[in-house]
Amino acid sequence: MSWVLDNVDLILQLAVVHLRQCVIAILLGSLIALPLGWVAWRYRLVRGPVIVLTGLLYTIPSLALLILMPAVLGYSAISETNLVVALTIYAVAILVRSVADGLDSVDAAVRQAATAMGYGGFRRFWTVDLPLAGPVILAGLRVAAVSTISLATVGILIGVTNLGYLFENGLQRRIVAEVLAGVLAVVVIALVIDLLLMLAGRAIMPWTRASTNATARRVRLPVRAAA
Amino acid sequence: MIEFRSVAKRFPDGTVAVDDFSLVLPSRQTTVFVGSSGCGKTTLLRMINRMVEPSSGEVEIDGESVLGKDPVALRRSIGYVMQNSGLMPHFTVIDNVATVLRLVGVQKRAAHERARELLEVVGLDLALADRYPSQLSGGQQQRVGVARGLAADPNILLMDEPFGAVDPIVRADLQQELIRLQRDLDKTVVFVTHDIDEAFLLGDQVVILDKGARVIQVGSPSEIIDNPADEFVSAFIGVERGRRALRIKETPHGRVLVDSEGRTQGALVEDGG
Repeated sequence: MSWVLDNVDLILQLAVVHLRQCVIAILLGSLIALPLGWVAWRYRLVRGPVIVLTGLLYTIPSLALLILMPAVLGYSAISETNLVVALTIYAVAILVRSVADGLDSVDAAVRQAATAMGYGGFRRFWTVDLPLAGPVILAGLRVAAVSTISLATVGILIGVTNLGYLFENGLQRRIVAEVLAGVLAVVVIALVIDLLLMLAGRAIMPWTRASTNATARRVRLPVRAAA
Repeated sequence: MIEFRSVAKRFPDGTVAVDDFSLVLPSRQTTVFVGSSGCGKTTLLRMINRMVEPSSGEVEIDGESVLGKDPVALRRSIGYVMQNSGLMPHFTVIDNVATVLRLVGVQKRAAHERARELLEVVGLDLALADRYPSQLSGGQQQRVGVARGLAADPNILLMDEPFGAVDPIVRADLQQELIRLQRDLDKTVVFVTHDIDEAFLLGDQVVILDKGARVIQVGSPSEIIDNPADEFVSAFIGVERGRRALRIKETPHGRVLVDSEGRTQGALVEDGG
């Protein structure tokens, strides 16, 4: 316990770095997954391949990805970019399916009614399809966020510092409190982000609370090999 | 006036939804398409606002082909009410009613004011304005759907089995409400149903359809009941057996009409009597 009190500054500093890496990856992942998910939903023929391929990304062991991606894309293996790219890929793997499932979950009758009212395709997507897909996409986003926050700690294995540092340093110096502090910090950040996403969802989608038959939250998580 | 000219609709898989359909739907009257499910009546309705494009033939509104018009602008100018209301679950009641007004660029405040007027027109409590559709009963949702269809004051109102999913008591209520509204508003209404009683109640012109939207009989309710075109129609409207097969029964107080079940449906009175 005394180790934790003596190193609060370090833990906070690492937590901020950790959070920054994760937020960038989740945002990038969402930006990439939205059009991919839309394509998978809109064009039946490419749906299978897109969902399967992005799902397969999730099965690549993270360490392998961290070693392979720099070789492919040409950046330094020990750079923060390397970690963020890998985390983004995993976020995309989860989110593409959520976006496609979310758009699927929109009642066809509502979509037809919107067309009958005189919504053009573009406007209908942003004001009808996407908001109504929101609950399912949000559920996927929450899974992706928590998964990213916990996964990011592998960065330390390639020399990218974040809360994972506490695991490695604690292990090498045999300070159990340091390892536990790292675990606890990761869990707390994950829970707080999850809570914030849930609250944001309620604020942006007030109808989901009013609804008596709320949209079932459907998230299918692909299986990932151990890191 | 809406006119169908030799309209056909064949889907890519080979099904023929509409074979060869021609009909004039007079302005400011209610035309009802009635037939069993799969007869193509909804397809006909959706050709009017171009949600379905005909494979051949023309649909004209006041002499102009709808195919020459921008589909989005066309749909905004035509009211549409569907089964299960089709309300936007993420819009409040007031925003649902104001949808088309907002789409055509009316400011929010003015659109909401108009929407509130319409809620009153269809007999809804203004306290419901800020609720979401899921918080309303089925009958209330249908009323919101009707208000939404009327919001932009369209000349034409398309109604696709709008009362099909509500219970019989609420349905009767909504039907009376529509008759009252139509008396005040004078729209050209095109109404689709599989319920012949509803068709006779609401229609000025009733069109009985068979598979492929083949017209079996067109006429006012009286014309059809007085002179059914064939046995199919007789059976469909129940003039041989069922509620419309009435017999005269003598009673000490005069003659009454009873149906095939023996239930008295009304008294027989002489003209001018």
